[in-house]
Amino acid sequence: MAEEKQTAEPPVIETMTVKVDGREVEVPKLTQDWQGNMAPTTVLQACKLAGIEIPHYCYHPKLPVAGNCRMCLVHVGMPGRPGPDGKSPTNEDGSLKIDPMVLPYERQTPKGVIGCATNLVPGMEIYANSPETKQMREAVLESQLINHPLDCPICDQAGECKLQEYSSEHGQSESSFAEYKVHKPKKVDLGPRIMLDAERCVLCTRCIRFSRDIADDEALGIVNRGSYNTISTFLDTSFDNNYTLNTVDICPVGALTSKDFRFQMRVWFLKETKSLCTGCGTGCNTVVGSRENRMYRYEPRENNAVNGPWMCDSGRLNYKWIGSEDRLSEVTGASGWATAITEISAKLKEAQPGSVAIVGGARQTNEELYLLKKLANKLEAITDSAPRSGQGDKLLSCPDKNSNSTGSRLIGIANEELGSRFAEIAQGIEDGTITSLIVFGDDVTKHGINEALLDKLDLLVVSDILPNTTTSKAHYLLPGCAHTEKRGTFTNIKGQVQKFMKALAAPGDARPEWEFLHELVENTTGQNGFSTIEELFNQMTGEVEAFKDKELTWASLGDEGVTVKI
Amino acid sequence: MPQEYKLLLKHADQTDYSNDLECYERHGGYKALKGALAIEADGDNTPQSILRKRVLDSGLRGRGGAGFSCGLKWSFVRHPNPKPVYLICNADESEPGTFKDRQIIYKDPHQLIEGMIISCWANHVNLAYIYIRGEFTEGAEILNAALNEARAKGYLGKNILDSGFDLEIHVHRGAGAYICGEETGLIESIEGKRPYPRIKPPYFPAALGLYMCPTIVNNVETLCNVKHIVEMGAEEYTKLGTPNNTGTRLISLSGDVKQPGYFEIETGKVTLGELIYDENFGGGIRDDNGLQAIIPGGSSSKILKAGETFSIGEDKIDLLDVPYDFDTLMKIGTMSGSGAIIVIDESRDIVECLANLAEFYAHESCGQCTPCREGSLWMNKALHRMTHGEARTEDAEYLLHIAQNIQGRTVCAFGEACSWPVLSFVNKFKDKFEAKALDTSEKEPAATS
Repeated sequence: MAEEKQTAEPPVIETMTVKVDGREVEVPKLTQDWQGNMAPTTVLQACKLAGIEIPHYCYHPKLPVAGNCRMCLVHVGMPGRPGPDGKSPTNEDGSLKIDPMVLPYERQTPKGVIGCATNLVPGMEIYANSPETKQMREAVLESQLINHPLDCPICDQAGECKLQEYSSEHGQSESSFAEYKVHKPKKVDLGPRIMLDAERCVLCTRCIRFSRDIADDEALGIVNRGSYNTISTFLDTSFDNNYTLNTVDICPVGALTSKDFRFQMRVWFLKETKSLCTGCGTGCNTVVGSRENRMYRYEPRENNAVNGPWMCDSGRLNYKWIGSEDRLSEVTGASGWATAITEISAKLKEAQPGSVAIVGGARQTNEELYLLKKLANKLEAITDSAPRSGQGDKLLSCPDKNSNSTGSRLIGIANEELGSRFAEIAQGIEDGTITSLIVFGDDVTKHGINEALLDKLDLLVVSDILPNTTTSKAHYLLPGCAHTEKRGTFTNIKGQVQKFMKALAAPGDARPEWEFLHELVENTTGQNGFSTIEELFNQMTGEVEAFKDKELTWASLGDEGVTVKI
Repeated sequence: MPQEYKLLLKHADQTDYSNDLECYERHGGYKALKGALAIEADGDNTPQSILRKRVLDSGLRGRGGAGFSCGLKWSFVRHPNPKPVYLICNADESEPGTFKDRQIIYKDPHQLIEGMIISCWANHVNLAYIYIRGEFTEGAEILNAALNEARAKGYLGKNILDSGFDLEIHVHRGAGAYICGEETGLIESIEGKRPYPRIKPPYFPAALGLYMCPTIVNNVETLCNVKHIVEMGAEEYTKLGTPNNTGTRLISLSGDVKQPGYFEIETGKVTLGELIYDENFGGGIRDDNGLQAIIPGGSSSKILKAGETFSIGEDKIDLLDVPYDFDTLMKIGTMSGSGAIIVIDESRDIVECLANLAEFYAHESCGQCTPCREGSLWMNKALHRMTHGEARTEDAEYLLHIAQNIQGRTVCAFGEACSWPVLSFVNKFKDKFEAKALDTSEKEPAATS
């Protein structure tokens, strides 16, 4: 869906001029609405284009407009109502007369409009920072806070909370509120992954709209009336679709919290690293939040060509293995990296052409698979990747649970059908024609190459992250890195080549696979030509057919990646 | 001597009048409908556009509260329209002090139904709803019985009176929320949702109403007037009342008067003073007390203080000489709203009176938008505190601060409805609000949450 929008010919959009804070700004007449359709540009969008942020709680660019928080109230000037001649009143110099809006029943009082739902009108003047607008903001903010518990010291949202930010930018130093606050439940179990603190809620309904309009699950609603309003599920039902944790992201305050992240870490201590989710072939863009070499959370990173601002719960929570106790962290089969690489290189150099098989897991990076392919070319090795399939859905999750099946196909490690050569490899080992096997990131015993066959091999080189049956049989075991511990790229199921950055240090002696593959390939084939991941990537894109078209470079990938033809 | 003028209530209170179809027909019922269906096209003017023009020319203004021109409201719906057009009768009558629509619903339901059928015909509507407040359980039964009678007689259903016009009317019962009287909240309610009023723009009912189709929402009394306008002609109708304030109005008179009740008057032909003191109307203040204040148009209208005088153009006019109409009440800074007059005599504690209203509004705020959700309860808590021995001298200004930050900033007119009483009570009776701080007679602590 997002891809189509990107590749479509951009329509010519007419522009119009509006005045924002006295400055004339040219803005498009039409702007994308929450569904990506072109719709009249709103006051809020125009201000954003003019570089002015209108504060808001309920508005979200990817959700239908609700207009309930009133935080984006702005004072505007409008042309007068047209007279009998159909023309609006003009000034003496013939220009359109613009009158600041006032309450119809109290003409001395300015009237604001909500920026999120008010379309631009030719001649309109937006007083985004006038005293009148500021007064409206202060008043709305004061109302938002009167019943708020102000429990920032123990609130997970503190540090990334819109109440805090707007209080700092638009608030007043004190409130006139002299009554008792409304108290609401502070620990409402909405679902297996979500806990609601109803007191902190500003009732913006973003979570309700997300659930209804994006996740297609009418799970949430509001009960009670007025100031006692509370977000709720239906009685005896649980908020439990695979996208619930997005509501924690879009909750502008600390009302919806992730049970996984709740009370784990103050957000301002988190280092943020751009990364990717490896849970399936979609490759949702993420931000890894880590501190002192420990990962605390994934958050989706907006990329409209891939995941928009969302990601699924199963992908988001798929990170605990990274810091797990049983991570492989020692080289086995040799006294260390140097000897292991030297010994393996020597053995491979002696290998008969066609006597080596290489399994490059489809969760390895493009660069790693490319290096394995170079090795395979030299050794005339048969290659493949193991398939992983599961359940997908209509929104983001795809049935291919490998993060880089497309990369494996494009680079030529696997056929269109992943795993289709495993039988051949097994037969080769059985027959004795294949005597060496190199496995990166797959447990081949689950794909028809059983332990008895592995026992027959003269050489079994395995690199992985976590122990499995194949790693236990390895003659040389080379501990690799999780994607959060190295840099690299994946190609998602739609051909989006995307990069991820290093957030954490690898455990023990584990090394990024591309680094030691680099040495292995150089020793075995005599080829080199790069020393950094950037150079490696650029070399690869010059050689792999699918990557040539776009003249891809590490730099040109940017944060959001580039689509290649698949 | 000022008199009632009975147009809508001509028959309803006659002792031998009953709410069945036979009685209604005996009193000339459904003749207006037959007349309307018999109108023939005139050049480019369709029968429907002729009817709509007639209503526009009659000057009929909405009787629900805002007093907006009915004909103009109808003109906002485009014809022919690619979508179905709906008409909804707003019978939610929930503005405190108002008890006029129920007189028609209970005593003369066919008058409303006839008015609706004509209005639907005029606006190309084939499906209409009567949204009746939940508390009118018997009213809903009466309406349903009347609709069944009308259906059996061919006034409703397919091919009404062989005109080729189809119409069905459903009664939809509310569940007791004031906000369902707000037309877009009402529409949401019919759609089966929480009645959160819609933002306007873009959701003006005339374009994006019920099920996102063009929708006309009219009050019970307004729709009944349509029947009479069609029957008597726009010109005759404009002779009733005063210019720009045509026809009659049903007044609900309550509070400290000797004869509370409902009255029908020619709009603008009777003054506030006459409505309160005249033998034909209120008959004077209870116990012959002095007058303290008048809430002239339902509880959300701004209060008027006894002894006030107003300047209208060149004229100076005393409160009691204010003619009861739309425009004059607007000019003196309030509104005739739903036609509900609440009289407050001098024995009343005006702060208690406001506290009572504030409690109602705090309970009825739907809570959708921030200023009203938080502000209505805030004002209620402040007033509760003030009437329980914990008032502060700054509370008058404090209340004004809260109320000023609600009006004009909300999704719907509830913001005005809850803040106007506070603004007007405090501005006009500031001394009494400030005096509360010195009143230590009641020392019950204010409640806690």
